[in-house]
Amino acid sequence: MSDRDPVRAHTVRLELDDEPGELLNALGPIADNGGNLLSIFHERGNRTPRGQIPVAVDVEATAERFERIVTALRETGVNVVQAGTEQYGDELTVVLVGQLLQSNLSETLSRIESESDCSIKNVTLSVGESAADPSSARLRLAVHTGASDAALEAVRGVAYDQELQVISPLAGGETA
Amino acid sequence: MGAGAVGTSVAELASTYGHTVTGIGDSSSAAVDPGGIDVEAVLERKRTDNTVGQLAPADLLDGAYDALIEATPTTLGDAEPGYSHVTSALERDRHVVLANKGPVAERYDDVRRVERESEGTMLFDATVGGAIPVVSTIDAFDSDSVSAVRGVLNGTANFILSRMATDSLDYEHVLAEAQDLGVAEADPTFDVDGTDAALKCVIIANVLYGGGYTIEDATVEGIQNVPASALSLAAEDGRTIRLIGDVADERILVGPRLVPESGTLAVSGTQNIVQIETQHAGRLNVSGRGAGGHETATAVLRDIGLLE
Repeated sequence: MSDRDPVRAHTVRLELDDEPGELLNALGPIADNGGNLLSIFHERGNRTPRGQIPVAVDVEATAERFERIVTALRETGVNVVQAGTEQYGDELTVVLVGQLLQSNLSETLSRIESESDCSIKNVTLSVGESAADPSSARLRLAVHTGASDAALEAVRGVAYDQELQVISPLAGGETA
Repeated sequence: MGAGAVGTSVAELASTYGHTVTGIGDSSSAAVDPGGIDVEAVLERKRTDNTVGQLAPADLLDGAYDALIEATPTTLGDAEPGYSHVTSALERDRHVVLANKGPVAERYDDVRRVERESEGTMLFDATVGGAIPVVSTIDAFDSDSVSAVRGVLNGTANFILSRMATDSLDYEHVLAEAQDLGVAEADPTFDVDGTDAALKCVIIANVLYGGGYTIEDATVEGIQNVPASALSLAAEDGRTIRLIGDVADERILVGPRLVPESGTLAVSGTQNIVQIETQHAGRLNVSGRGAGGHETATAVLRDIGLLE
């Protein structure tokens, strides 16, 4: 692959009918066109005004392949509501500490995704020995290139509301 | 002034560096002799009777000396009584060397104003990073050429976090152990809640940006609520957690941060490290013992040497 068309992470937002096979139907064109599937966020509890289920799919592909994927999805009849405008080039890892189980973890996570405009790639939870002990969660976030600081600010805002402590990497410091 | 670990260490080591101790004072007493006091006898009295002499602390401030060593405990807010000790020496056109963070963290602009009117000079390399020359190193750079200063500035917090990480122990357990070892004080509040590291960052910011900072300007989080589970999650990812002070873009942040497990900032035990990010020379790392009587006294005596 040439340097001019590097592989990047892209998010496609789809809206699917609540029918068997719909999700599989939508994923086919991604694999068929050389996209590497990173994550699928299938918001089963949510409905769009049209009664469909919102699905966010993170795909790694070159820009050219990504364009083909979107075209193929549309040709299959999948409702693509947003594609390609979000490019997640950076990764950010944070650890949240606090009463994660008492607070609403899934609400915290979805607020982090929407308010920090990132995609949560991975969550690892470590629970304290007793219910009163604080728990920890490590979140791996895909953020827009150069937007780590802004994303972190937003994560802090959400954590503050949920009375959680954020342990973040150092801005501008060593990363790995 | 001040007969704690740092004050007494300075007195003990002074003659090795060719200096004469003309007086020692603590919060309630003082010993003064313009020709030089008998340091050993005075320190013995401090150990046995918890007093350094027959005189009042004020007699020390009025006595004969070239440089006042201010090593009383750091206080917040008005930084007293350290602040008054510093200004009384400067007003008499004497030099001042600080180990007490209060005056330069909480009232930097005030003490600098008094210093400008004085023939005396104020130095305070011992206030940040113990034996590590932090203040003088930063001061040696043009402030425009330093983009950030960050590091581990509290040995107690660093000891606790590194022990929690290596042995998967919880905070309370390691804190108790640190107290037994004398690494943590009976009241470790300022070490673990980030205050001590924040005061050091405030001093760094004052030096870097020409004053104007107090602890009110710092965003501070402590390590008291960091569970062992957070350290193990970090470790699974090749990282660890350290209490990091960060001075950049004219703001001060102190809190537990994720750092690479094998990175420069992940010093272990009571070590301190300071990283200076420079415009033209990349990153400088200075590390070493950040606390302790002899370590801090070494920094004080280095400052005294600069005054001659």
